[in-house]
Amino acid sequence: MEPVHRPQPVDLLIVGGGPAGLCAAVEAAPFDLKILVVDDGPAPGGQLVKQTHKFFGSKLQLAGTRGLRIGEMLYQELAEYPNVVLWNDSRVLGIYPDGVVTVDRAGTYHKFEPGKTVIATGAAEKFLAFPGNDLPGVYGAGAVQTLMNVHGVLPAERLLMVGAGNIGLIVSYQLIQAGCEVAAVVEGLPTYGGYQVHASKLRRAGVPILVNHTIKRAMGEERVTGAEIVKHKDWVPIPGTEREIACDAICLAVGLSPQNTLARMAGAEHAYVGELGGWVPKRKKTGETTVQGLYVAGDCAGVEEATSAMIEGRIAGMDAARGLGKMPLTEYTARMVDLERQLVELRSGPISKHIRAGLEDVLFL
Amino acid sequence: MRITNHPILQFKLGRRVRFTLDGEEIWGYEGEPISAALHDSGVRILRYSIKEKRPRGFFCAIGNCSSCLMVVDGVPNTRVCVTPLREGMAVRRQHDKGHLLVEGGAR
Repeated sequence: MEPVHRPQPVDLLIVGGGPAGLCAAVEAAPFDLKILVVDDGPAPGGQLVKQTHKFFGSKLQLAGTRGLRIGEMLYQELAEYPNVVLWNDSRVLGIYPDGVVTVDRAGTYHKFEPGKTVIATGAAEKFLAFPGNDLPGVYGAGAVQTLMNVHGVLPAERLLMVGAGNIGLIVSYQLIQAGCEVAAVVEGLPTYGGYQVHASKLRRAGVPILVNHTIKRAMGEERVTGAEIVKHKDWVPIPGTEREIACDAICLAVGLSPQNTLARMAGAEHAYVGELGGWVPKRKKTGETTVQGLYVAGDCAGVEEATSAMIEGRIAGMDAARGLGKMPLTEYTARMVDLERQLVELRSGPISKHIRAGLEDVLFL
Repeated sequence: MRITNHPILQFKLGRRVRFTLDGEEIWGYEGEPISAALHDSGVRILRYSIKEKRPRGFFCAIGNCSSCLMVVDGVPNTRVCVTPLREGMAVRRQHDKGHLLVEGGAR
């Protein structure tokens, strides 16, 4: 790495080019600001690039549009602004208490001193403890999606899905579309957590969704050749209900953890909120953390879904623009009212009950 | 195996190129992650764990988890799930922590 010692000026630095990060940039772009989006992926869009299903929500939030298309639309919108620069294959190495952000861009070292910083780093997949979980063939659901929906390679011939939340159900259906057999979906809870519409699609395709079931072990020496599953009562396995399922892959869709390392490094106060996926930064409604000028948006602030991440990103982006003195107050107020209303509406259903409860523990005035 | 008939997606593949895995010839498409090319060819073991020498494949496929570290053109600890394939690459399974690079290649 070539060292660059003098920090480079930038008004707004956004970490992460997924739904939240791109929306933060889109919202701040019309104002006279120098904006840099740093993303570690090969192309912008974050995890949107592998979402082949149509999104929910309202028309305003692009419901009915496939996730991968939403990423492209946001990117195209940004391309019209010469004041917005997007770096891919670039990794933020650290955010320091004095606000300095360091970046590795394909082997070159850069230092920035942004006016405001938005962290939109998303979430990482959770793992599950069982014998054989380190065998080749045990994959995260995101990995399976990346392989089949981005690179066009079939992840497995016959797969066992662990977890029947939205991700488990959606990825199972996408596997069938790609030509993979899904042996079963096992879910530890007494009922599946995902939307009915996704579960119904699987049922019609003949895939059993086994609730109150869990994986006991992965079978195989050099790679996965099967899985043993078992029924449980109150998380105690019921003897005699073990069953062996032949499969060449086991896919884990057991939840996500917010990627909070940068916010913690910068010194933002965190709270453990199970409903939001773990440790998350405390913040104002605008996304600003306890570190002045440092914002969080999207899954890194609490695991939810892409539509809410996009609105959170927009709120953080415009609040940063306002804070940098570039957005007129009347425009800011009107826009904020609109975006906040969208968020409240999106989170009004029974499926978002835990999100509403979780947010109460992290929001401060 | 490649997905050839998908109801929603069409895949744009790069040029078909040759590379090696532990010295043996193998084929993939230029620009795709090395791990995708290997998976397509049926390769599941990418490295061995440091202490117990247990086989490891990829897990996250987006460069977060360090499960897929291999030696690529002499560079150890390369995340093959986010490293684009180039013609003639020499890819090796990693058996240890890797070594510091010195002049003239890895030691």
